[in-house]
Amino acid sequence: MTIQFNDESFRDDYSFYNSERAIKRFPFPFHEDSYMYSVNMEQHRGGPKDSVYEKRFDVDEHYVSEMRDRALVLADDPLRCQSLPHMTLAGWDLLELIMVSKSEDYPDLFELHRDGNTWRWINKPLGIDDTFTFLDEATLPYGPMEYITRQAQGDFAVLDQRDDNLWMDAGMVTTQADWSLDFDIGMNFFEWHAPVPLAHEKGIFVRALKFLLNIQQGAPARRLNWTMTVNPLLDTSPENYHKWGIQKTTLTPENIGAKQHLRVELQTFFRLPRSNALVFPIRCYLCSFQDLMTVPKWGRRLHRVVRDLPVELATYKGFIANRPMMLDYLKNFDDGLPTSPGIWPDLESEPPLKT
Amino acid sequence: MSGAEKIAVTVTDIVPLNDLVTRFEFKRTDGGLLPTFSGGAHTVVEMHDGESTRLNPYSLMSDPMDQTAYTISVRRDDQGRGGSLYMHTKVAVGDEMVISYPVNLFSLDLRAKKHLFLAGGIGITPFLAQIKQLERFNGHWELHYACRTESLGSYVDELTEHHPNETHIYYDDQKQTINLVNLLEGQPLGTHVYVCGPKGMIEWVRQTAAAEGWPREAIHYEEFLAPQPGKPFEVKLAVSNKVISVGENESLLEAMERAGVDAPYLCRGGACGQCETNVIDYSGNFIHRDHWLDDEEHASGQKIMPCVSRFEGKTLVLDR
Repeated sequence: MTIQFNDESFRDDYSFYNSERAIKRFPFPFHEDSYMYSVNMEQHRGGPKDSVYEKRFDVDEHYVSEMRDRALVLADDPLRCQSLPHMTLAGWDLLELIMVSKSEDYPDLFELHRDGNTWRWINKPLGIDDTFTFLDEATLPYGPMEYITRQAQGDFAVLDQRDDNLWMDAGMVTTQADWSLDFDIGMNFFEWHAPVPLAHEKGIFVRALKFLLNIQQGAPARRLNWTMTVNPLLDTSPENYHKWGIQKTTLTPENIGAKQHLRVELQTFFRLPRSNALVFPIRCYLCSFQDLMTVPKWGRRLHRVVRDLPVELATYKGFIANRPMMLDYLKNFDDGLPTSPGIWPDLESEPPLKT
Repeated sequence: MSGAEKIAVTVTDIVPLNDLVTRFEFKRTDGGLLPTFSGGAHTVVEMHDGESTRLNPYSLMSDPMDQTAYTISVRRDDQGRGGSLYMHTKVAVGDEMVISYPVNLFSLDLRAKKHLFLAGGIGITPFLAQIKQLERFNGHWELHYACRTESLGSYVDELTEHHPNETHIYYDDQKQTINLVNLLEGQPLGTHVYVCGPKGMIEWVRQTAAAEGWPREAIHYEEFLAPQPGKPFEVKLAVSNKVISVGENESLLEAMERAGVDAPYLCRGGACGQCETNVIDYSGNFIHRDHWLDDEEHASGQKIMPCVSRFEGKTLVLDR
C-alpha cells in the first residue's frame, strides 16, 4: 500500500482535507448514542485492515504536512518539547520503539538497519537518511525523543513511573487539545488531570492510574478521546489561545459544516523496556462535520451525543456556546432511525438518511 | 488472559554456584531475540510438575541490553512447596519452558545522584542487572552485600573482581554486619537506597532510614514471597459459582487457576496488587502474607491476595 501524502496546511488558509479513504477510516469515537467518561481501555494489538488501529503507529495521508506544522510550532516555541535529565534513556526507548515499529509496519516507507549500536534510519516520506550510534546523543541532531517525534504524527507524553504514580517528565506536544506541556512538566497523574470535571468524583482517575501502572512490556493499550475544534487546527494550545480561541466565534449556519471539526485522539500506552517509563502517544485526527455526515450512522449518532451531553462536559470541551448552532445543523442528519452498536461506519448495512 | 505476555524458551545452560544456588540460562526456542528490559525486572517461570503447575517469579540478573539470553539464579528451598526443588532437580539443559515478559516492580529511580544497593543472600540477583545497566551509563553506585558464609556467597568473586571499589561484602559467620546508620549518614544528597533480601533485613533498612530522616520515596525494596504450604481449605467462588479446595502445597491463586477460573495476577509474590480479591463472607482466620494490603485492610476481613495468603476456618466466599 502506498500512501499519497497531502500537501496541506493546518493554519492560515487551512487547506487541510480528508480524502474519501481518510473519512472512512476516521476513528469515530462514539460506540453508542450517548457519551460519558469511562476507563474505556482495550489492548492495542492491531485491528480491522486499514483502520487506524491496524498498526502500532498509524501513518496516513497527513503525515508530511503534520510534520511540517510541528516544525513551525517548535520554531516559534521550543518549550513544546522538553525532557528532564533523567528521561534520556526513555527517549532512546521511544526512538527504538518507533523506528522498529514503523520499519516493520511500513517497509516501503521506513527502513532501519542495525549493526550493533550503529543504526541507519531511512525515512523516505521526509527524505531522511541518518546513521548514528544508539545511546550516543552526540550522534543525533536532537535528543533522541525530539529526533524521532519530529518524524512521528501525534503528541507524545513520556511518563516516569515511581512512587506508585506517573510523572509528566518529558514530552513533545504541538497538536494538543488545550493543555500545556510547559505547565504540566514534572506533575504527577492527579495533578495534570486536576482541571477535568466530573471524572474525579466518579473515581475514574484512581482506576485509570491503577490500569496504567500495570501496563507491561509487550502488551500496549489504547483508548479514544474527543473534543471539538473550529477550523482544522492542530495546535490548539493554551499558549496560542489568543490566536485560535477567537475563531470559535466565526461559525455561521452557512459555514459550520466545513469549519466545525470533530477532533479525536487515539491514545495509546506502551511500557518502555530499558527505562521502565510509559509512553503515551496522543494522535489527533480531525474531520469536518460535512465529511462526517457522509456516513449516515455517524450523522444520526453525533446529533444525539452532542444534544444529550452534560453541560459540564460541553463547557470543558469548549463548545457550549456553539452547541445550539451545531444542533441546528446536525438535526438535519438524524431521521430517528436506530443505529448499530460500535464505532464503525457500517456503510453496507446501515440505511441511508430518510428524507 | 491474566499475567504478562509469554515467551517460549529453551534452557541452554545450568550452572550450580554453591550448595544452595543454581543459575539457569534461557534462550528463545524460535531463535529470535528476547525483549530488552530494565534492571530490577523479574520473569515468571512456569513449571509443570506432574499434576501441578507452579508459576514462580525470579529476578532477571543478566545484562538488560543482552537480547540473546536471560539468566536467573534459583535458591533451593527444602521447606518450600517444591518450585525451587523442581528447578534444581527436574530441569535439564535442552528443556523447553515458558516464561513471562519482563515486569519491573523494583525499578531504578533514574533521578538519583547515587544508587546505594543493600543485598541479603539471593537478594543480590536484581542488583546484578541494575549494576550492568548503570555501568553502561557511567552511573554512580555502591553495593553492600551480606552473605551467610564465604561458600554461599553467590557472585561475590565476580563482583569484587570487576568492581573492587564499589563492592563491600559481609559474612554472617564471621560476625561482619553492615553499619547501616554510619553508611546512611555518609551518603551524598540525592542518594536512593535499594534493599532486596529477607523480610527482616528490609524492615531493618526501612525503619533505620526512616529514623535517620530519609524520605520514604528514596527507599526502594523488593521481597518476593514464595507462597507457603499450609492446611487445605475450601473456598466458594461467587462469580464463577464454584467450590474449590486449596491443597496443602498449592496457593489459593493456583487452586483457582486449576479450577479454570481466569484470575488476574502479575508477580505472584504478594507485591504487585493485581490479584487483590474482595471477600464476600467468611468465618475463620485469614493468614495474610502479602506486602500489598495495609494492616487495616488485613484486619478488615474484606480483601485477600490469593497469590500468597491462605485461610483457616469454616467458610470463605470470594468475589471471583
